[in-house]
Amino acid sequence: MEYSIKTENLTKQFGSFKAVDNLNIEVKSGEIFGFLGANGAGKTTAMKMLCGLITPSDGQATVAGFDLLKNPDSIKRHIGYMSQKFSLYDDLTVTENITFFAGIYGLNRKEIRMKEDQLLTRLQMVESKTTLVRSLPLGWKQKLAFSIAIIHSPAIVFLDEPTGGVDPITRRQFWQMIYETAAAGMTVFVTTHYMDEAEYCDRVSIMVDGGISALGTPSELKDRYGVSDMQNVFYQLARTAKRISA
Amino acid sequence: MTIVAENLGKTFGKKQETVALESINLTVPKGSLFGLIGPDGAGKTTLIRILVTLLVPDQGRARVHGKDVVKDYRSIRRLAGYMPGRFALYQDLSVKENLNLFTTIFGTTLEASYHLIKDIYSQLEPFANRKAGDLSGGMKQKLALCCTLSHQPEVLFLDEPTTGVDAVSRREFWEMLHKLKKAGMTILVSTPYMDEASQCDQIALMNEGKILSVSTPSVLIEKYPHRLWSVKAQNMYMALLDLQKNPGILSCYTFGSNHHVTCREQYSGDRLSQYLTERGHSQIEVDQITPSIEDCFMDLLN
Repeated sequence: MEYSIKTENLTKQFGSFKAVDNLNIEVKSGEIFGFLGANGAGKTTAMKMLCGLITPSDGQATVAGFDLLKNPDSIKRHIGYMSQKFSLYDDLTVTENITFFAGIYGLNRKEIRMKEDQLLTRLQMVESKTTLVRSLPLGWKQKLAFSIAIIHSPAIVFLDEPTGGVDPITRRQFWQMIYETAAAGMTVFVTTHYMDEAEYCDRVSIMVDGGISALGTPSELKDRYGVSDMQNVFYQLARTAKRISA
Repeated sequence: MTIVAENLGKTFGKKQETVALESINLTVPKGSLFGLIGPDGAGKTTLIRILVTLLVPDQGRARVHGKDVVKDYRSIRRLAGYMPGRFALYQDLSVKENLNLFTTIFGTTLEASYHLIKDIYSQLEPFANRKAGDLSGGMKQKLALCCTLSHQPEVLFLDEPTTGVDAVSRREFWEMLHKLKKAGMTILVSTPYMDEASQCDQIALMNEGKILSVSTPSVLIEKYPHRLWSVKAQNMYMALLDLQKNPGILSCYTFGSNHHVTCREQYSGDRLSQYLTERGHSQIEVDQITPSIEDCFMDLLN
């Protein structure tokens, strides 16, 4: 089995507080992996470590085939990242955003032009290519942000609450893009507060107090906890948290 | 009626090119929990900001407790509690200092409104000396609600209090709102989470500046115009793609572990399973189900 992400006792300590406490996960290549947890469970810290943005205090991990401790910069080149909070420049046009990010990831001019055409056609945004991103509807913005996050064909894409506040139809179109991307072989690592979206993942982990308290396919987890949906799996586990989130 | 909006309209931009609200009509009965449900950009925030007198409408009028939102803005500010969508407290003041500041501005004390905030405050108390900026998302929301309640408002306006908050904290937050309603408060709350709609007495579904429907959650569901089928198959993604290709199908959306499907008149559940069988699907389950608020919302969007 080939793993896109493999962590061994990955830990991050801030002073006396263990934000992430012996995290062990294996994410298979090409799977949609849902990374769930309550506010304060340590998801953001774990994601930042996996993206090479902060150094672990202990443990080790490989991401996209690179060692997290030795090669954090190679990891950055081989992953894509999109969050709801920051993804595109509002005061640049659609095309400018595409060119800018593709350039940062080292694509040459020819590749950039080709990617731009593909992307605009696929998103049906050819007519809006000179529009400032600021004036795009949120749903379009999110779809564009996702396409740009994978413009350099990374091995893994990290999506941090990509669908927050998006209307229900666009939210589903967004997930269809995720499906297509995973079907093409890319690993998708995604966090969400929508529990119906947890059902769309191949496998899901639920983080409580800095560690993983459950990991499996949605149907395995529902069977294990004897409930009919992921919402109730989440309630049962999140309630066991001892850490007071302040 | 505690809140009445008549034909409210609001545009932004130099040439008024952005229509934020268009002919909004709304009545909220005293003591009810009223939900504004819709995605980002629906106009929820603009509507709430007009009702709490922070924005002046271009068209129409609105009253809160019989007071006009433009002429009588001063009296509305006394009786309305407003919790904005973005955390608006002083990040570098402690929990306690923020609460003291709020009560002082409104000429009251923490003790005077203690009966309202007791439950929430007891959860905040261990962190009384922590800076507001260092609280987690869920705790910030609790502090914000505490400050909003600290001057004993008669009507509460809460703008997306549960956005970005995890499923457990969201449930706790709604339990607090039900308690406040029981204490007699009128509450207008906005949310992008469709599953929270069923918690409200009445809901207005909003999209792109317009109200699509106002009713109780149960009436909205009764009025759903289609038969709705829940469909499962072994390969859910391939089933979705195949269903989307079928011209007999009006809509097909993923819904957690099922797909929700509506069909043209003559099409039945049996024909749906037959169609999927013909395309090589296995473990097919088709059941007629009651729609959720989210199904209703998506139907209105189409």
